[in-house]
Order: sequence, then structure tokens, then C-alpha cells
Amino acid sequence: MSTAGEQDADLSLQEEHESKTHRTKRRDGDRQKKKRRNERRKGGTRPETSEEDDDEEEDNDKDVVRPECLSPEELEKLKEAVDERKKLIQSLRGKPWPMKKKLVTLRESQEFVEKYEGALGKGKGRKLYAYKVLMTKKWMKFQRDFENFKTACIPWEMKIKEIESHFGSSVASYFIFLRWMYGINMILFGLTFGLVMVPEALMGRPYGSMPRKTVPRAEEASAMDFAVLWDFGGYAQYSVLFYGYYNNQRTVGWLKFRMPLSYFLVGVGTVAYSYMVVIRTMARNANESGVGDDNSFNFSWKMFTSWDYLIGNAETADNKFASITTSFKEAILEEQESHKDDNIHLTRFLRVLANFLVLCCLAGSGYLIYFVVRRSQKFALDGLENHTWWERNEVNMVMSLLGMFCPMLFDVISTLENYHPRVALQWQLGRIFALFLGNLYTFIIALMDEINLKRKEEKVVKFNITMWEASLYNGTVLENSTAPPVTIHPADVPRGPCWETMVGQEFVRLIISDTMTTYITLLIGDFLRAVLVRFLNYCWCWDLEAGFPSYSEFDVSGNVLGLIFNQGMIWMGSFYAPCLPALNVIRLHVSMYLQCWAVMCCNVPQERVFKASGSNNFYMAMLLVILFLSTLPAIYTIVSIPPSFDCGPFSGKNRMFDVIHETLESDFPPWFSKVFSYASNPGLVLPFILLMVLAIYYLQSTSKSYREANVELKKKLQMQNEENKRKNKRAALKAQMDLEEARKTAQEQQRNNNASVQDQEGESFDFKY
Amino acid sequence: MGNKQTIFTAQQLFHRYRDLAPQLVPLDYTNHPDVKLPYELIGSMPELKDNPFRQRIAEVFSEDGEGNMTLDDFLDMFSVLSEMAPRDLKAYYAFKIYDFNNDDFICKSDLEKTLNKLTRNELTEDEVRMVCEKVIDEADLDNDGRLSLEDFQHMIVRAPDFLSTFHIRI
Repeated sequence: MSTAGEQDADLSLQEEHESKTHRTKRRDGDRQKKKRRNERRKGGTRPETSEEDDDEEEDNDKDVVRPECLSPEELEKLKEAVDERKKLIQSLRGKPWPMKKKLVTLRESQEFVEKYEGALGKGKGRKLYAYKVLMTKKWMKFQRDFENFKTACIPWEMKIKEIESHFGSSVASYFIFLRWMYGINMILFGLTFGLVMVPEALMGRPYGSMPRKTVPRAEEASAMDFAVLWDFGGYAQYSVLFYGYYNNQRTVGWLKFRMPLSYFLVGVGTVAYSYMVVIRTMARNANESGVGDDNSFNFSWKMFTSWDYLIGNAETADNKFASITTSFKEAILEEQESHKDDNIHLTRFLRVLANFLVLCCLAGSGYLIYFVVRRSQKFALDGLENHTWWERNEVNMVMSLLGMFCPMLFDVISTLENYHPRVALQWQLGRIFALFLGNLYTFIIALMDEINLKRKEEKVVKFNITMWEASLYNGTVLENSTAPPVTIHPADVPRGPCWETMVGQEFVRLIISDTMTTYITLLIGDFLRAVLVRFLNYCWCWDLEAGFPSYSEFDVSGNVLGLIFNQGMIWMGSFYAPCLPALNVIRLHVSMYLQCWAVMCCNVPQERVFKASGSNNFYMAMLLVILFLSTLPAIYTIVSIPPSFDCGPFSGKNRMFDVIHETLESDFPPWFSKVFSYASNPGLVLPFILLMVLAIYYLQSTSKSYREANVELKKKLQMQNEENKRKNKRAALKAQMDLEEARKTAQEQQRNNNASVQDQEGESFDFKY
Repeated sequence: MGNKQTIFTAQQLFHRYRDLAPQLVPLDYTNHPDVKLPYELIGSMPELKDNPFRQRIAEVFSEDGEGNMTLDDFLDMFSVLSEMAPRDLKAYYAFKIYDFNNDDFICKSDLEKTLNKLTRNELTEDEVRMVCEKVIDEADLDNDGRLSLEDFQHMIVRAPDFLSTFHIRI
């Protein structure tokens, strides 16, 4: 601080001197000076105050130094002085001086630099520098505006932030997952709508021109009824929404759009795209989870850097307070969990017991489902009209009841296990997932049965049609030559039972009923309950809010699983009903708003707020499993079941994938199909697959070794940090003790000195006298 | 979320200062009038009114330590809190802001006050105590039970969010 003091003295002297000579300058407005100061503070020079420059230069004309009259050493010294002043100006920003001192120093240094820099002939460089600084400022401002714009474009960001600040990151992770799913479904919708539905609607044959595109005469009367439409029959069935409407013409319209090829490729493409997106997200999450994991100053950073000083809005401030509180609670919970010491053996025993109970539960429900499905198959064979309502809907009812009660049972069992809440949530998710797989199984079995039924029916209808056609011609000409074509209205032609459309309809009905069930459960279970608790509380004997029903908590696991299974249904069914992604987009959109509202309005945060695992890879893993499981049935039906003979883009072919072969033959040059036939030779394909397997194994093992090396390094770094801290503490302790000792010895010495001085004085006294 | 305005020049800052109390602040500053705006006016500025630390900010940057600011103090405050100020300068002033009793050390009671202001008294006593102990444990290097300026700077320069949160745009 002594140099600053000296500089202070210097500055005050100079200030006096300046004030005498430059009084006129100051009057021009301290504002301009402030502008200069601000700009200089930001590292720029002053392009706008060139007039002041001129003024000052005129004033300084008397004492301006010409380079010719200076010796080289003086020039050198002058340059050094100017550089020093420039450095001072640059570093002035970082000095914690009071404003006045800074302003004064700045003014001095600036004037000095101007006066002598002109002498050194460096005047020209300044303009360029100023221009550069101006451009840098403009670029930074542009970057900031662009970032703001990008953030504003993310849909529902404010809603999710609000939920996160009140309910914690695990609830928010569900909504982030929902938003991500919405994005995927938008892409799927774009593919199916743009490449399948629109071309057929615009360029294909219109409604009513072919038997497959017309409502049969028998159903015509009821085709417009709301009940029929809601069930996706009638006009809804014979439209671009379902597989059966599409014509098997190889090209349509003036664009020569290959409709069947497009249909097939879009079906394959949606699955391929979904796989790619899920795996890419998993990989990205796995990368991110390793990186920013510095825990050394967790609480300190939370305390000193969590408040955002930019907040200028009362509502945002409320959210921020809530989020800071939640974040502290989460951190405290983590800290407490890491310090829990358990009785290991008891915990392990309890966990094994809990898993055993859960397995029993799952096995029991699996058997129950199997039993019920067999019974319903038997009933179907007998004819459904002979049975009561319960027996007809047995499967659905059993599935719904299981889905309602088993999760609660699992919840109770999981209290035995005493896991960290995040781990407990993952176990819960896994168990309910296993339960819902049973659901999937029954659905697929039922569907397969129906498909087989319809195929048998189709054989019969085919036979009947040949008879019917023969009867048509019987009445006219009995020759082998081509008879005049008999015009029959498309609505009267007998139809085959289009099993693909039936499958599509089943999926659409399932999605709709699922959606309705979810929304109604939400309204009744959450909203009505909250209303009752709030208003009945005034006239009830015990405290409803604290006691039995109270407000519900947001059920993360149930909702996540619902979302995942819903998406599985979409993947399974979108080949047969191109309208499914569109329906799903609408459903997710409505869900987002409805659930955001319901969470903020009717739910309370959980007791123990925990931080969701940042990676979200758990949800992705489950999604991947469902993706795999749901593409299996679709692939099986495509590969092994022949398409219906009179509906859909593949009618008339032996197998659906024959369309690829056909395209290769007719649309590509002949050498292409030769190359392709060589490439699909098993002798080539098998070694290729082997090579890929080996590559995967190699990459897996190297990535494992990298991860282990990473963990080792992190451990080393942490140990080093702790060593340093310990060393510092020891050094500080030692310094303290040394200080104490030094003080003690100093005191003793002083006492000795005093004593000896007294002695000496006595002596000298003697001497003198 | 904060103001999205451009960087103001000092002239506009002067006008913001003047707008707080036009009858007290003259337009002409050539004679360096000694004008101090009381803390209530500063604390009601839109950029500061929601900040739980606004009183401490005003006290740290004011000459008299009471929160009554002259124009120079005002400029100083917004210049330190702007995005152009260097990290060490901000760390220095942040330390002074969080040091409630002005003893050049952040002791346990300062931490407790900071935490209560941040969470609006929502945490229990035990939780507050636990957090403060953890903070001292993490950041106190010279082992005296409180944070000195060096401890604080050592901890804060490694924080990834410090520069972006300790920032007011005006």
C-alpha cells in the first residue's frame, strides 16, 4: 500500500497542477469525462472525444515535445514511462480503490499518455485499436442476444424451471423427459405425415374410386355416427389414417412417387431413427456424468454463488428462493445419507427378504394374467355373447386392478430396504416395469389370436369372391373371350377382413383409452382429492391436510412408466396406423399443460427431496428395452405373415418386404441388383457380422479401461487436495505456535532488558558520581 | 431473469442516479456537489429490490458505510457488478458483502445470516448449523474457524458460476 500512498501524493500534486492549467477543460462537462472513463474502463480508447484531443493538443502546443529535440535515452525513458502509464490504465479496473481515487489516477495517466504518445508518433494505431474494441463489444452483444434467443426458443422452459424450483429435480426430470419424447414424436409425425399420408391423400386415387377406399354398403348407414367414429370405424376407418386405404400401385401421381416403397421405408425409418436417438442420448449422458463432478467446495459454492444478482422480478425471485432451499435440502440429504452407518447384516437380510416378496408378487400376478388370458381365449371360441360383462372384460379388469394395487404393495415392501431415495425410486421403477411387461404380453397374445382369426376368415372370403365373380359373369356371356367389364359400384364389392387395419385400430383404441384413463385418474385422484381436503377440512374431525388423505405427491415412477409404455405402443402400431404419431403428438402436448397445471395446483413436494441422477440414463435404458420389445412383434408380422389380398400398399405380394426386391429390379440400373445380390450372399454377410462383433468387443474393453483410468486419476486428485489441505492446516498451526513462542521470548527479553537497563542505570549513576 | 439492455454509458448511469431523486441531484456536476442519496432510494431500484443482499451491497459501496451513496459510489457499485469487471475485483467485493459484521473475516454468524437470507429462514436450526460447519470445513485453509479473504478468494475463483451470478446489468 506504500506505493499507492506515494502515488496518491503524486496524484494530488499533479491534480493541483492540472487544475490550474486545465480549468477550461473540466467545465466542458464531467459527463464527457465520465463517458471517456467508462469506455476506457472497458478497455477502449475514445473515438468520440477527438475534439477534446484537439483542444488539449492546442493547449499543449506550448509544451509539446518534439521527437527531434530528444536524445535516444530520453526517448527510451519516455517510452517506458508511457508504457507504464498504459499498464496502469489497463490494470486500474482491477484495483479495489474507491472511485474518486480511480478517476483521478485515470485522468492523470490518460493525459500523460496523450501528451507524449503523440510525440512518439504512435497516434495512428489508436484509431484501429478503438475500432477493434468497438467490434469486439458489438460481437459480444450479438452473442449474448443470440444465446437469449436460443434459450427463449426452448418450449416450456419457464414452466419446467418453476416446477423444478418448487418440487426438486426428480419431478422436473419427468417433465424434461416428456419434452424430449415430444421432440421425438414430432419427427416421427413429420415422417409419417409428410411421406405417407400426404402423398396418398394428394396424389392417390380419391375416396370412393376403389373397393378398399369405400365404406361397404352394409355399413354405410352408420358410417357417420359419432359412436362409430369414436371407435375408429366408418369413415375414419376408410381414410389415410389406416393401412387398408392405401393402394398398391407402384407409382402415384405425376411425380411418380413410389408409394409402397415409401410406406415400407418410413416404417423401417421410424424404428431406425428411434434407436439412433435413444442410443445417442445415452452416450451423451454417459459422457456428461463424468465431467463436472468437482465436489470439493460444494456447500461453499452453493452458499456464495447460487443467488443470481440479475433477478429483477418478484416472481422469479420467489422461484429462486424456493430452488435454493430445495437445493440445500438435497445437498443436506446427500450428506446425511453418506454418513449413515448401518447394521450391515440386518440391512442385507431385509433387502433379500424384500426382493423375495416382490418376486413372489410378480410370479403370482404373472400366473394370474396367463390364467385369465387362457380363459378369455376359451370364451372367445365359445362366442362372446354367452358370457356376462365381467367375463367379457375380464382381462382388462384384471390388468387394471393389478396395475393399481401392485405398485402400492411394492412401495410398502420397499420401506424394508432402507435405500437412498434415488436408488429406491430405481428399484420401484424396475419392479413396476416387470409388472407392466405382463400387460404387454397379454395384449400381444390377444392381437395374435385375432390376426390368425382374420387370416382364416380371409381364406374363406377369397373363395367366396371367386364364386361371386363367376356368378356375375354367368348371367352375361359364356365364352372364354374377355367379357365386357361389368360395372359394379365399389361399395358393393365383398371385402376381405383386412387384418392390418384391424391391428391399427386396436392400437389406436388402446392409446385413446389409456389417455382417457390417465386424465380421469389425474382429475379425480389429484384434483378432486385436493379440493376435498382443502374444503372439507373446515368441518372434519381430524386434520385432513396433515393426516390421512392429505395432498398427493407427484408419482414420478408411475408417470414415467406410463410414458414409456405409451411410446412402446406407438412404435408397435405406427406401421399399421400412420396416424398414431400424430395422435401421440396431440396427446403429449395436452399432457404437458395438464400435468404442469396439476402439479403446481394439487401436489405437494415430497418429504425428502432428492437430486435426480443427473444422467437420466435409467429412463433411457428402460426406453431402449421397450423399443426392442415393441419392434419385435412388428418385425415378426412383416416378415412372416403374408399381407391381405385386397387392402394396403402391399396387397398382392407374397411378403411385405418384396417391395424392396421389386424396386431394385425396376428402378435401379441392372448392375446395381447384381452388386446387391453379391452383397447379400451369406458368405459375405457372416464374416461382416463377425467383424462388427469383434469391433464392439474391442471398443467396449478400451472404454472400460479409460473409465477406470479416469476414476483412478480422480481419486489421486482428491487425495492430493486433501493432502494439501492437511499440510496447510498443519503449517498454519505451526505458524501460530511459533508466533506464540516468539511473543513469549520477546516478552521475556523485554523483561530482561528492563532489568538490565535498571542495573545499567544504577551503574552509570554510580559512574557519573 | 434480468434486464436484457445494452451496456449503458456513464452518462446514462448518471441519469439513472438522478432519476432516483431529481430534486436532490443537480444536472450540473462541475462543482462536485456533495449529494448523497439515502439507502431507501437505492434499495428500491428495480435491479436491487429483489436481491436479499441489497442492504449489504449498498453499505459496502457507500462512503459512510450506512448505505447512503454519492454518484461516485453509485458508479463504483455498478462498475464492479458489471460483466467487464475482473474476477479478483469481484471476489474482493463479494467478500466484503458477505462479511456482515465488517471484521474482515467471514465467521460462523456471518454464514448463518447469509444462509437465512438465501433461504428466507426456511431451513431448521440443525440444518443451518450443519451447512455452516460444512462450509467452514471446506473453505477454511488456515484453520482459524472463520474465512479470511485469502480463503474466500481461493474458494471462489474455482467456482464455475461465480462470474455469471455476481453480475448486475443496468
